[in-house]
Amino acid sequence: MIELDINGTKRSVDAEADTPLLYVLRDHLAMNGAKFGCGLGQCGACTVMVDGEAVFSCMTPVSVLAGRKIRTIEGLGTVEQPGALQRAFIDEQAAQCGYCIAGMIMRAQALLEKNSSPSDAEIRRHMMPNLCRCGTHMRIVKAVRRAAQTMRAEADKPKSAGQT
Amino acid sequence: MSIKVVRALSVSRRRFLAAGGSLVIGFSLSPKALFAQGSPAATKLPGSLNTTPMIDSWIRLGADGSITVLTGKAELGQGVRTALIQIAAEQLFVQPGKIQLITADTRRTPDEGYTAGSNSMKDSGTAIMNAAAQVREILIARAAVRLGLSADKLKAEDGAVIVSDGRRIAFGDLVGGELTRVRAESQIKLKDPASYTVVGHSMQRVDIPAKVTGGAAYVQDLRLPGMVHARVVRPPAYGAQLRELQSASVEKMPGVLKVVHDGSYVAVVAEREFDAIRAMRALAAAARWDERALLPEPSELFDYLTRLPYDSFIDADNHATTAGVTKTVEANYRRPYQMHGAIGPSCAVGLYKDDSLTVWTHSQGVYPLRKSIAEMLKLPEDRVQCIHPEGAGCYGHNGADDAGADAALIARAFPGRPVRVQWMREQEHLWEPYGPAMMTAAKASLDGGGNIVDWEYEVTSNTHSTRPGGAGNLMPAWHLAIPFTPPQPKPIPLPEGGGDRNAIPYYKIPSVRVVHRFVPSMPIRVSALRALGAYANVFSIESFMDELALAGRTDPVEFRLRHLEDPRAREVVTLAASRFGWSSYAPDKGRGRGFAFARYKSLGAYLAVALEVDVDRETGKVRVVRAVATVDSGQAVNPDGIRNQVEGGVLQSISWTLLEAVSFDKKSITSADWSQYPILRFPELPDTVEVHVVDRPGQPFLGTGEAAQGPTAAAIANAVAAASNVRIRELPLDRKRVKVALGV
Ligand code: FES
Ligand code: FES
Repeated sequence: MIELDINGTKRSVDAEADTPLLYVLRDHLAMNGAKFGCGLGQCGACTVMVDGEAVFSCMTPVSVLAGRKIRTIEGLGTVEQPGALQRAFIDEQAAQCGYCIAGMIMRAQALLEKNSSPSDAEIRRHMMPNLCRCGTHMRIVKAVRRAAQTMRAEADKPKSAGQT
Repeated sequence: MSIKVVRALSVSRRRFLAAGGSLVIGFSLSPKALFAQGSPAATKLPGSLNTTPMIDSWIRLGADGSITVLTGKAELGQGVRTALIQIAAEQLFVQPGKIQLITADTRRTPDEGYTAGSNSMKDSGTAIMNAAAQVREILIARAAVRLGLSADKLKAEDGAVIVSDGRRIAFGDLVGGELTRVRAESQIKLKDPASYTVVGHSMQRVDIPAKVTGGAAYVQDLRLPGMVHARVVRPPAYGAQLRELQSASVEKMPGVLKVVHDGSYVAVVAEREFDAIRAMRALAAAARWDERALLPEPSELFDYLTRLPYDSFIDADNHATTAGVTKTVEANYRRPYQMHGAIGPSCAVGLYKDDSLTVWTHSQGVYPLRKSIAEMLKLPEDRVQCIHPEGAGCYGHNGADDAGADAALIARAFPGRPVRVQWMREQEHLWEPYGPAMMTAAKASLDGGGNIVDWEYEVTSNTHSTRPGGAGNLMPAWHLAIPFTPPQPKPIPLPEGGGDRNAIPYYKIPSVRVVHRFVPSMPIRVSALRALGAYANVFSIESFMDELALAGRTDPVEFRLRHLEDPRAREVVTLAASRFGWSSYAPDKGRGRGFAFARYKSLGAYLAVALEVDVDRETGKVRVVRAVATVDSGQAVNPDGIRNQVEGGVLQSISWTLLEAVSFDKKSITSADWSQYPILRFPELPDTVEVHVVDRPGQPFLGTGEAAQGPTAAAIANAVAAASNVRIRELPLDRKRVKVALGV
């Protein structure tokens, strides 16, 4: 049994140590967000966050994850209450088939948590590991930019409230 | 257009053809000729109503006010689900949110063949529009009877029939009997497009929220009770035969439920997904294969294709005497094998129970797949059901149908529990049918005024469809102990066309001859890839138009306009040029602009693109800096959906055009994953991609999905030529080829 911290919840899973996180998420825990794209660390469809960094869940054996904080797209929000990036991807209609999108959002989340106002060039560089075959890239960049704005506005709110 | 239907062959032409191979007389039509020959509107029902004429096949009303719309088309990420809901809502006068749409399912929806060819709006959109309008009229008529009023005193509004005095009967209260069990009428009263409130207005796609929140959105996400996981072990190369398989130790691996072994077909079923992967790897290591070198020498591919036997089809032949020729230009173009490369490898779930099979598949054609699977398993068709949940974007015939066949074969060998089979990345890369390699040859003459007076064009290609028409098209069936073999490939006739899709130029030229050299034998597995032959033909024709403009010393946009009669074509061309700032363009060093236009299939969407590239002489790297596309898809249903599709098409075509070619050696395909088949990544994006939609309210739907592929490719080659003074006629324009061309 391995104990994992996923989206703030402790989950015990019965998986062998070398099982990649992707399969534990999808198969053992029936979560859809992380996608199988290549299993080779080449496409980013499986991207999740571990301790704030974007990682390929297809290349990360569960054995190295004890005590670390795993976040998946399910942890960012729901259809009813989407997180800032999810909202921005809906507002920009930044999906065609959408298969790459959960991975895109998780990689972008890792960026925005470190850099609240990335330039377009920074966004593009940061998103490099993730592939989109539908050619949704321009909208993805726009959505990340839009989410950065919302997140900054949110972060500013309590401050300005305190000042007045 | 002034091209005539070819009915007979002159002696000289016969001699010309006899030089090469067998001769087939193609019936080929220009758009106008087709129009003239079309059957009279009165006998033909609109869109797919023509093949599925009962209204309740399309629309069902519940007494609770629910409205169910059915389509035989499938959501492929192109947004068709949303657009069809918009169309139905508009004609029914209801909120789009009130409509439940059911897509491709052989037990429930109409048979609309394949979701392909940018035909969904034309086929299904048109059918649903007319069916919905008819249902609305039926509801109004019924309300009129109930109220004792004449129907013209009533109208539909927000899910009800209303009278001007305020009386109101909800649709649900009018339901009863077999209200919609009627045949479609050919002339039904459609809403005036000027009063549209839903169609023609951008609507957020209904499928996106689940996709960005981790909802179950794809066949990959299907989790049926008791479901098990399967993986297939494929041969190492085309034609390899399994000599020996020691599977006993694999059968004892933890979680393994069954090893399926039938001839050269090998698969494993396990309780857990990663157990199936471990077992697949062990099985692959245990398998011994006999391989043969079957593939052509890669460096000689095009010579090899030229030497293969072919059938010639005369697609157009309209010879006028050409006087006053001052200049003749010739050029040859090439396109390599390119792959669909879905981001999610193919997947399917099969359940075999009580001698019946259900397959959940992201196939583009559930009905043809059902027929093919039934043949493969020797089951009556009514014992097989194929249901379409979404997969990752497919862009044509990829591994989807084959994965469906895998699910069928494995589920039958392991009955009673649902079996989910997921392809690995390298299986998708190595076994999907690619877009065919193609060669074209163009020759044209200009008169003293710089007008094209004569045009000859020849395209050489394998088939562009090996979609399941039977079990022999299902790759897994090739590997069975009693194998099925692929049927003899056939060309797709014009006006749709396969290798010759868009081979006839859309320009006004007095003398045009177009020949399709169809090569039946396929050294490498190929089938339909987004835009089919139009990608290479438009790349060729539109590159050649620039070469001719240069020879005639005319601006490329001006040159195109001079040869374009269709006002809608002229409008997208003019608009793209002006939005780009064509006439005021002044390039920086290393930069150049390029233009291209095509009307997809000569009868679909009009699309023009103007773009700027940067060519790095040192590295040979080409980057598209900005692109502007204009599109006329007829009546726009979801304008933002059209923009999304065109943006995607432009970017995908940039990737194909600058980076992509399937690599192989004499034994096997070597493009096994993304490291050996690189595609566009974020840092290589243009700075901007703008798409302008020219809406045509009330005009027929023309489809959008494939329109950008060809024009973008040619615009890039034209821009590279403008930036560097070298004309590259072979795809892709990757660093190596560009450096060679630049002589650096
Ligand atoms: S699936 Fe993990 S990087 Fe592709
Ligand atoms: S939206 Fe389809 S792969 Fe990115």
